[in-house]
Amino acid sequence: MKETPLSNCERRFLLRAIAEKKRLDGRQTYDYRNIKISFGTDYGCCIVELGKTRVLGQVSCELVSPKLNRATEGILFFNLELSQMAAPAFEPGRQSDLLVKLNRLLERCLRNSKCIDTESLCVVAGEKVWQIRVDLHLLNHDGNIIDAASIAAIVALCHFRRPDVSVQGDEVTLYTPEERDPVPLSIHHMPICVSFAFFQQGTYLLVDPNEREEHVMDGLLVIAMNKHREICTIQSSGGIMLLKDQVLRCSKIAGVKVAEITELIQKALENDQKVRKEGGKFGFAESIANQRITAFKMEKAPIDTSDVEEKAEEIIAEAEPPSEVVSKPVLWTPGTAQIGEGVENSWGDLEDSEKEDEDEGGSDEAIILDSIKMDTGVDISDIGSQEVSSHYVAQVGLKPLSSDAPIVLSDSEEEEMIILEPDKNPKKIRTHTISAKQEKAPSKKPVKKRKKKRAAN
Amino acid sequence: MAGLELLSDQGYRVDGRRAGELRKIQARMGVFAQADGSAYIEQGNTKALAVVYGPHEIRGSRARALPDRALVNCQYSSATFSTGERKRRPHGDRKSCEMGLQLRQTFEAAILTQLHPRSQIDIYVQVLQADGGTYAACVNAATLAVLDAGIPMRDFVCACSAGFVDGTALADLSHVEEAAGGPQLALALLPASGQIALLEMDARLHEDHLEHVLEAAAQAAQGVHTLLDRVVRQHVREASILLGD
Repeated sequence: MKETPLSNCERRFLLRAIAEKKRLDGRQTYDYRNIKISFGTDYGCCIVELGKTRVLGQVSCELVSPKLNRATEGILFFNLELSQMAAPAFEPGRQSDLLVKLNRLLERCLRNSKCIDTESLCVVAGEKVWQIRVDLHLLNHDGNIIDAASIAAIVALCHFRRPDVSVQGDEVTLYTPEERDPVPLSIHHMPICVSFAFFQQGTYLLVDPNEREEHVMDGLLVIAMNKHREICTIQSSGGIMLLKDQVLRCSKIAGVKVAEITELIQKALENDQKVRKEGGKFGFAESIANQRITAFKMEKAPIDTSDVEEKAEEIIAEAEPPSEVVSKPVLWTPGTAQIGEGVENSWGDLEDSEKEDEDEGGSDEAIILDSIKMDTGVDISDIGSQEVSSHYVAQVGLKPLSSDAPIVLSDSEEEEMIILEPDKNPKKIRTHTISAKQEKAPSKKPVKKRKKKRAAN
Repeated sequence: MAGLELLSDQGYRVDGRRAGELRKIQARMGVFAQADGSAYIEQGNTKALAVVYGPHEIRGSRARALPDRALVNCQYSSATFSTGERKRRPHGDRKSCEMGLQLRQTFEAAILTQLHPRSQIDIYVQVLQADGGTYAACVNAATLAVLDAGIPMRDFVCACSAGFVDGTALADLSHVEEAAGGPQLALALLPASGQIALLEMDARLHEDHLEHVLEAAAQAAQGVHTLLDRVVRQHVREASILLGD
């Protein structure tokens, strides 16, 4: 199916984030995603996961007659396939440009750099040589296929064991794995590709772009190096204009990254070797983790928290003091209580306490009540009337009360809320709020009504 | 070839050039009357022809038309008789596809495609004789052809190959030097600003030598630029004489 185009706002967001040196997954500019290498039961089979991009590599060999102009050299054949399961946009007929580019890059990186000794693959000169075939399949596309593919190819080649052959005169004996242990290939060095994505006409640079970043990038520079700091391939693509010093800088970064990745590969190979020797379990079934729904485990995104404290202090210093909120349980009936607002309560009539609460600023009541009351209070004060209308406020939700005692609402008609002396209330309420004790512990005894509270005060 | 010294003690290469010397370049523009633009270039023994059609309406599916830019379509073909051994497929194999893609990438960066929205520019390159540096010859020929067609470009696109032997950077490799298996770099740049439109390198080269080789290739490309500039001016002068100015 046709690829969904990236929306303009997403594109802008990504570019702005990159301009501020931020990446969506929290990585730094030169950071790689997590690389995971797992091996299958056969020699020469491996899966490499670069973040979520997954490539499966498999090496196989065959005895064939050599090419006419290279009679003493073995044949190396590389093939990368973009499987349709990797991305919805990959269809059997539609992938040619990308496929050609990736395949050629892989071929140049691995074949032209002579990482494998092809002379050692010769069995009988001019008649029989080994043909080594490396098949790579992209299983999931989350950006940076070429890096993952190059790692998979070289790991699979290092892991592979070919059957042992012996030549006696004209006789060529091919030993099965049971008769004689298979022999590893002779590998001179391990070239690994590192991709650099350029944005905003070469102003910004990112290593290991993921799929989203690839959509917005201007161009890609791929540098393949080995750990001896020899450059095996450079390829710039995508129509970006580079400067010489950009290329040199990228090659330095690539050197560092390749050293890390090579170390990781060596460790993985050693581990697998050890496990096989000790007779432990190996293979994909063991190494691919069970992804159970009930055990959801996310990878930890590395986030730099070193300046969190300072930032937090800044924010706290600049922010306004929060309104004092205390959970005010409202007792509907003895045995039930409500904290916060539920549905709009139409029980009570218009209440008169908003004005006082608004004066205080920080009341003891739930925030929602506060804000609503503040608004209504402000409206009324705008009108300007002080006496009567100021006490009349449309009540929304719970009955507004200034005390921190639990509010009890009941149907009882005898307990109508009437405020006889509105002016007195502010003072009373202020005293309430100042005392911290009362904030902490709402009095257990339900305070019936304002009138009664006042009496209690 | 055993015993063939790529760089002798006196500093001469196989064909008698010095390390940084280019081969003899001869070029001609406007070789075909039918095409909008055409050019022929000879770099030493490498001969390449380039033909440009455009800008014209998009052929094929209208859906490919870009609303704000022109589409650049490049095809590379190398004749079956171009190499020492007869090639079986002149075009359509992976290597030719890749060359076509690279040419497209180079020229999309250089041509002012914003001036021709919803149209297509075709560049066809044919290699008649391949003696090393085929990519460079193709790019140089294509530049001349695009100029001949009158399509506006940011700058000339000049390309050259470079290699590294015995601690010295060689410019403009011939087939013998390429086949020896040393590192080869192909560089296409816009001479006025020094920006690199395409950079491609094969075989192992130590990182420390990269700058050296890049420098050699860049200088060689500047040399190519001087030559191409002269060719274009000559062509314009001839054309204006014929028109009777």
